[in-house]
Amino acid sequence: MHRSIMSIFGKLKPCFWDHGDTGEERFKHLFNFRRIWKLTVVLTTAVALSPVISMAVFDYNVTHDAMESEIVLRTSRLVSNARRTVSFFLTERKAALDFIVHHHPPKDLNDPAVLAQLLGALQKAFTGFSDLGVIDASGRQHTYVGPFELAGKDYSDQGWFEEVLARGVYISDVFLGYRQLPHLVIAVKHELEDGSFYVLRATVDTKRFNDLLSGLEVDGGGDAFIVNQQGTIQTPTRWHGKVLEKMSLPVPDYSPETKVLQCQGVGGEPLVVGYAYIAETPFILMIVKHQDLLMKPWYKTRKELFAFLAFSITAVLVVILGVATYLVNKIHDADEKRVATLHQMEYSERMASIGRLAAGVAHEINNPLAIINEKAGLIHDIFDLKQEYAGDRKLIGLVESVQSSVERCGAVTRRLLSFARHMDVDVQPVEFKELIEEVLGFIGKEAEYRGIQVNVEVWDEIPTIESDRGKLQQIFLNLVNNAFAAMADGGHLDIKVYRRSAKSVSVKVRDDGCGIPEVDLKRIFEPFFSTKKTKGGTGLGLSITYGLVRELGGSMKVESKVGKGTSFTVTLPLEAKQKKRLDT
Amino acid sequence: MKVLLVDDEVELVSALAERLSLRGIEADWACTCDDALTQVESKTFDIAVLDVKMPKISGLELKRRLRAKCPHMKFIFVTGHGSENDFREALNEAGTAYYLVKPLHIQTLIDKMNQALKE
Repeated sequence: MHRSIMSIFGKLKPCFWDHGDTGEERFKHLFNFRRIWKLTVVLTTAVALSPVISMAVFDYNVTHDAMESEIVLRTSRLVSNARRTVSFFLTERKAALDFIVHHHPPKDLNDPAVLAQLLGALQKAFTGFSDLGVIDASGRQHTYVGPFELAGKDYSDQGWFEEVLARGVYISDVFLGYRQLPHLVIAVKHELEDGSFYVLRATVDTKRFNDLLSGLEVDGGGDAFIVNQQGTIQTPTRWHGKVLEKMSLPVPDYSPETKVLQCQGVGGEPLVVGYAYIAETPFILMIVKHQDLLMKPWYKTRKELFAFLAFSITAVLVVILGVATYLVNKIHDADEKRVATLHQMEYSERMASIGRLAAGVAHEINNPLAIINEKAGLIHDIFDLKQEYAGDRKLIGLVESVQSSVERCGAVTRRLLSFARHMDVDVQPVEFKELIEEVLGFIGKEAEYRGIQVNVEVWDEIPTIESDRGKLQQIFLNLVNNAFAAMADGGHLDIKVYRRSAKSVSVKVRDDGCGIPEVDLKRIFEPFFSTKKTKGGTGLGLSITYGLVRELGGSMKVESKVGKGTSFTVTLPLEAKQKKRLDT
Repeated sequence: MKVLLVDDEVELVSALAERLSLRGIEADWACTCDDALTQVESKTFDIAVLDVKMPKISGLELKRRLRAKCPHMKFIFVTGHGSENDFREALNEAGTAYYLVKPLHIQTLIDKMNQALKE
């Protein structure tokens, strides 16, 4: 995996990435392209992305908070309304009972006929009443009207009776009575002037209650129901248990106001719970909503926000990476060109000064050499003419040795001068095929003798070029001679003339000889650099060739592998330029 | 054939003159331009071998002056510098088509002189 990423990176890697420093030590930081690139990318990314990301985070928080407070507000409003309704329902019925005990003397209420009449009136005016009973101070049900035979039932030991005595009013939890229907009890105590009291007790069916709650429009898969303060469910619920069973949620803490809180359901799902304690009753009204459902529109918005953010970041990154890479590449290219030009100038300058030096040395040596030559010649002449010396082969041999040494020195100075010489270019039309044939004519015999195979390939569409024939001959003769020197007997020499562009012609001279070590490759065009010194090389051949090629406005390239061979490529313009003379 | 050799190196011209004499060629020599001009006053030379670079007056200038005095004289230039420009200048002058590079080969010089005289 890691390797494949590296190989992809290797392919995409811009060319400045592995670039060594081209500058001098003190300018090094200017040429660290990777650093420039990284800095550009990091800075522009930071500047471009931070507003986008902060806006996105801000927007996310604002919309999220707005959504949540909206949910809380809505839930709270709904709970409040529902509480009012439930509270009103119970208060209304309690008030009705209060009204009865206050406006009917006890003897009327103890009359079952009157009580039945009252029950009928209550059932008519307020739904839900199912029976009515009067309990005296001893806790015994004195009168009862309703579907059961409960007259005479003793309630004195029951909790609710004690409570109604203490508080004057009592509303019970929901319970299943004899009819197995959930209902609740409302009881009010009425104290008489003589200090005794009685209690009016009514049973209210909770169906009306249930209808009230189920009629509420609760969003978010919500549920509105009532529990008592022990957490027992009083009215039907969709998700949180059966009536009269324990609610699956914890009982919320007491609060006199409506409250909304967030908690987790049994399955860990987030819930929004709104509740209100209904005053003077054991009831807590609860509205439970599923947060996920409520937040659904928000999730959609959030998804869009994320998509927008991801798209923006990607676009910004792509543009930044692209632009930074492009620009740094441009700088890198320009820098490479600059350095190459500097090197070339430096090289030309060095060649020129070496040329001047060589010319100076050659000139200084040539004059005394000429004198030695003439003196030795004269001695030789005298030896030849005078009988007493003519027979002395040793003397003549010595003089001849001096003369041949002078000849050798002369050859060296002539080559030095020819290296230094920068004469005007004698331009004439040159046919490459002919030129190569001429050059090969010089070495034809040697090739035959050494069994070297020479292949010449000249493209058909090579035009006649305007150049200096003599110099071209010298260039290619030098290259061919070098190739011959590098090859063993039976080697192969390929000469290819082809076109690289509309304005130039290239000639490649390739041998399969010994090759040039990489260390030497950089120096082979320098004057006096020779690896053939032991075999009599002066180290001037290639530097002269290089000078000639430059003079004709061309360029020269070398590629070589030790043991495989060397190829020199000379590229010449179709029309020779008048080169400025370097020497004076 | 009468030859006048002019070069600022006395050792060179003297030896060369002697060698030519040994080969039956009458050769006189001069080390300065003035000397050369004086010599042509009193003697007729068929050919002059001039060094291109000499102090004060160059070989080419000397040639012009000698030509003025002896219109039929032939010239051969000799140079130790080998600059093509010198040759080119010399070649552009009418009547001089020969130049040699030091150190000289005696037989080549004689051949060139014969060639020049034949013209």
